[in-house]
Amino acid sequence: MIRLPLALFFSAVLFSSGVYGVLARRNAVMVLMSIELMLNAVNVNLIAFSQRLHDVTGQVFALFVIAVAAAEVGIGLAIVILIYRNRETINVDEVNLLKW
Amino acid sequence: MSGWDKSAISIATFLPLVGAFVIAFMPRDRERLIRGLGILFTGAALAVAIAIAIGFDYGGSGLQFEVSARWIDVIGARYHVGVDGISLPLYLLTFVLSFLCAIYTWRFVPNPGRTKAFLALQLLLETGMAGTFIAFDLVLFFIFWELVLVPMYFLIGIWGSANREYAAIKFFLYTLFGSVFMLLGFLGMYFRSNIGGAHTFDVIQLQQFAASGGFTQGFQVVVFAAIFLGFAIKVPMWPFHTWLPDAHTEAPTVGSVLLAGVLLKMGTYGFVRIALPMLPYAAQKYAPWIGLLAAIAIVYAALACLAQKDLKRLIAFSSVGHMGFVMLAIATLTPIGIDAAIFGMVAHGIITGMLFFCVGSIYDRYHTRQIVDLGGGLMQKLPYLGGVFAFVAIASLGLPGLAGFWGEVMALLSAFSPASSLNTGLFRGYMVAGGVGTILTAGYFLWMLQRVNMGTLPDKWREAALPDVLAVEWVSWVPLLVATVALGVFPRFLFGVTNEAVTALMHLFGG
Amino acid sequence: MVAAAEAALSNPGFLRYTWVIALLPLVSATLILFFGKRTPGKGPIYGILALAAGFVMSVAVLWHFVTGGAPYSSSVTWFEVGTFRLELGQYVDGLTAVMVTMVTAISLCIHVYSIGYMQGDKRYTWFFVVLSLFTGAMLNVVVTDNLFQLLVGWEIMGICSYLLIGHWWEEHANSSAAIKAFITTKTGDIPFLFGIFTLVFATGFATTNIQQIGEMASRGEVSTVLLTAGALLLFGGSIGKSAQFPLHVWLPDAMAGPTPVSAQIHAATMVAAGVYLVARTFSVFVHANPIALHVVAAIGGVTLVIAALLALVQDDIKKVLAYSTISQLAYMMAALGLGEAGYAAGMFHLFTHAFFKALLFLAAGSVIHAVHSNNMSEMGGLRKPMPRTFWTYLIGSLALAGVPPLSGFFSKDELIHAAYKAHDYPIMITLLAGAVITAFYTTRMVMLTFFGDYRGHGHPHESPAVMTGPLAALAGATVVVGFLGFAPTKAPFLDWVFFEHPEAAEVSVLVVGLSILVAGTGILVAYALYRRYRERDPLTALGPVYSLLEHKYYLDDIYWKGIVLPIRDKASAFANWTSQVILDGVVNGAARVARALSGLVNGFDRNVLDGAVNGVAQTAGFTGGLLRYIQSGNVQRYAAFLFTGVVILAIVFTRF
Repeated sequence: MIRLPLALFFSAVLFSSGVYGVLARRNAVMVLMSIELMLNAVNVNLIAFSQRLHDVTGQVFALFVIAVAAAEVGIGLAIVILIYRNRETINVDEVNLLKW
Repeated sequence: MSGWDKSAISIATFLPLVGAFVIAFMPRDRERLIRGLGILFTGAALAVAIAIAIGFDYGGSGLQFEVSARWIDVIGARYHVGVDGISLPLYLLTFVLSFLCAIYTWRFVPNPGRTKAFLALQLLLETGMAGTFIAFDLVLFFIFWELVLVPMYFLIGIWGSANREYAAIKFFLYTLFGSVFMLLGFLGMYFRSNIGGAHTFDVIQLQQFAASGGFTQGFQVVVFAAIFLGFAIKVPMWPFHTWLPDAHTEAPTVGSVLLAGVLLKMGTYGFVRIALPMLPYAAQKYAPWIGLLAAIAIVYAALACLAQKDLKRLIAFSSVGHMGFVMLAIATLTPIGIDAAIFGMVAHGIITGMLFFCVGSIYDRYHTRQIVDLGGGLMQKLPYLGGVFAFVAIASLGLPGLAGFWGEVMALLSAFSPASSLNTGLFRGYMVAGGVGTILTAGYFLWMLQRVNMGTLPDKWREAALPDVLAVEWVSWVPLLVATVALGVFPRFLFGVTNEAVTALMHLFGG
Repeated sequence: MVAAAEAALSNPGFLRYTWVIALLPLVSATLILFFGKRTPGKGPIYGILALAAGFVMSVAVLWHFVTGGAPYSSSVTWFEVGTFRLELGQYVDGLTAVMVTMVTAISLCIHVYSIGYMQGDKRYTWFFVVLSLFTGAMLNVVVTDNLFQLLVGWEIMGICSYLLIGHWWEEHANSSAAIKAFITTKTGDIPFLFGIFTLVFATGFATTNIQQIGEMASRGEVSTVLLTAGALLLFGGSIGKSAQFPLHVWLPDAMAGPTPVSAQIHAATMVAAGVYLVARTFSVFVHANPIALHVVAAIGGVTLVIAALLALVQDDIKKVLAYSTISQLAYMMAALGLGEAGYAAGMFHLFTHAFFKALLFLAAGSVIHAVHSNNMSEMGGLRKPMPRTFWTYLIGSLALAGVPPLSGFFSKDELIHAAYKAHDYPIMITLLAGAVITAFYTTRMVMLTFFGDYRGHGHPHESPAVMTGPLAALAGATVVVGFLGFAPTKAPFLDWVFFEHPEAAEVSVLVVGLSILVAGTGILVAYALYRRYRERDPLTALGPVYSLLEHKYYLDDIYWKGIVLPIRDKASAFANWTSQVILDGVVNGAARVARALSGLVNGFDRNVLDGAVNGVAQTAGFTGGLLRYIQSGNVQRYAAFLFTGVVILAIVFTRF
């Protein structure tokens, strides 16, 4: 039985790594993977609290998140591929079309 | 009520509008077709109008061919039209003059051409003028009244002579200035009226409401002033006349003809139809002042005519004097006076319209309107044109046996014994002024004839190939010349039409 | 046969058609206007036929009264204004009958004469149009029974005189004379019009019928004040039309027209209308305050003398006749001014004068036609080359001078007799004085024209028969018509024309003697003075008086410089100036003020109101400009903001 604080701590580390990855990495694939990390950090939290509170709702949400994350990665990678095709790069610094 | 009775005057009134649209969609280069269509539509409208005149019951005093349909429910404005003995002569005059102008346009289109627009505007003008005389709802009246301004503005502004833009703007703004006050007056009456708890714009209802003492005296005095301003500018009464010489001088010939022939009558008609019967108390209060302005106008305009160097301007000023007689007659508030006023309006429309035709044709030949430049001898060079011009000028100075006489004489007669509520001595003073005015009128017309028609032809014109009266001119003039004689010899043609309606109106007025 | 005709004529049913006499010339005028140029002879035939027919009818009408018939009147409604009804009607009594006969007869002569006189004129046909119209208008005045219809004819005559006087309008002087005639008579017409109003008003708008007004006046149903005012105002019209002082100035100038026109104006129509008006409305004058008749008499007396004096100094033969016309009309006015006593005499003089004055004018026209000048200084000795003209002219002159047994003598004698009978000695003396002067200037005129040696150019010759024929006819009439008023022949004229009841013809030896004496004196003195022609007129010896007469009492100058020019040049310029500068100045000023105001408003609008609005926009823009730097397009930077925001929100939510 893993104790709750441990699980939370693990989740926080995981999330922070994700945030770091999203904000700092230049490679779009890495950014997507970091987002994946953040989502899974949330999943860890949901499972942990579900266990602790004997409420199955958390697990259901976790399954949802996994599904959404899969979809997100799918679309995200597709976008990345398109960007690569158009611009020969997947460096997010160079993709600033949303600029004013 | 057959369908004809219901629709006849609407057909006649709006037929020119339809014509204007049809002409607007014609190809620009089909000149003959366009001019022919102008004659066709004005002619068709005239035919309907004549049919109305034939079907008119001359014994009755009420509205005929009346239609009252829902129109703008929110403010209770209705499409209420009809003719009675007062409006019929003016209504008919509108169609006759418009038709003759369209015929005249067959040959004479002023610079810069653009026949299509010229005729379309002329037709639009016709609808506006005709509508004014049949509207029995103040909103409708006002719309027709304003509808006239726009085409006339363009007729002067585009086809006028040198100073046309100034004249057009002056005409438009001056008249608009007056009609704003008039509209305020209308609104005032609307909100004060109370027909079974509702407000109304209906002329007949307002007349009856006023006759039953619906409007307080103070209210009448204020509203009359506002309405007076609108009508007086249109007439135009002295001292509001200054737009007229400019507008007339600059306007193209048919513009002048319609301006003098019909537009000015809208003002006097307004007095008879709206101002007097709806505001009887104020009418009596203002009548001496209106009479005074009219008397001044008669003498003043005659004097001003003596000073004119431009032929057309001279004729324009003479209009001010003639309308002075009409206003003097109206100011007497007697049946004779109102009858005389309507006679004067029609006679002036025919005669002065004809004078403007003549001046237009003279200008067409000589390309100058300056009396000095013409230099006399018109009768030598162009005997028929000179003869017609002399005839019309003599008609205009009020020769008995011709149309101009009866309006003038009956106006003076009515001023001799005005309504009992008015100061007789004062009006007799006005009458004397009017009498002096007729002498001066004779003076300036005869002097004009001496300088233009008589004498020997200056050398510069001797060799010029100037055509005398053309066929198209005869066609458009003869009806007016015949009418001048006919109305002079048989004034009954007109007095017989107006008398019943005027008497009824004056009963309403309590006079 | 004769009896049958007599029966038909004495039947008043015939009088029903008197109006046709007045209509015929109007019809002929229309016919000449439209068909004249296509008619052989170019048109006058219509007028002549109409007048001939009219003359025959007139004689028939007159016959009715010669045989003692009663007056006839009828009318139809012309039109109605309010409750006021105007009528077209006729009133036929002895006066009407005499007048229509006279007018048609003389006008007929003038028409025939004009064929010769106007031959070759540029506007030959047009001349006859107006001449016919003129006659028709006059007949209308004569025949009508009401004031408004009379006014119509009256003013149409005015315009006809304008057209005919200005017939040769190429000359500025002629057209000016035409205008002068029209405006001057119009000046009289306005009081006339107001007089009609006054009388109609006095009857309470019940009628315009002259006879009915007269009857109401005689029954005392009309206020005397109104009657007097009406009478005086009506007389204003007569002053203008009959060229009485002070509106007589147009008549001499009217000589600018062709000579037949002068005859037409002076004898048959126009000027006769003024006198006729007073006679026709005589009951108004009689029943008004006596002052009305006194005014008529006074104007007549004054005009009589001053016009006769002016005739003394004229060189233009037509102007002598013109002033003599004024003077003779004044005789009639003065006689009417005597009241009932002078009525028949005045009308008789109107009647006889028409014949001999028409004769004189036409004969003078014949002279002018021959010598191509109006000036007597260029005539002289014409009795030999123009015998027919001379004899007819002499008959007319002697009639004018009042030599028995010509018509002028009888009528003038009756006038003097009337004044004598009325015991109005001032008028009587004036009439006698006028008779002396008349005889004098007439003789002078005849002497200068027909006696002595010819002083003009070319060789004068007798006029064609078409001109001398009418002269002979009129000369015959001049001799004959006087006997209508000859007492020993029972003066039939007095049975035809009378006011209210016929007068008996009387003869006073004193008056007859005086008449002959004054006429004889005038003739003899003039004969003595002008027997031999002198370059300088003997009358110049009068010095300042002559100069005064030569300048027509300076009346023309006073009117021209005192009234016409100030109005034509000064007052009109003033009116135009006020219109252009003051009234229009106000309008244009208002426009300028409006534009100035709009400029102000525009400035306020741009700087203040718009300033505020634009200020807001600018602020927003500026702020946005700052903020836009945040939007780098860098997804990671956006994400950083997002997380920062989340963190801040987390802190906020947990702390507060």
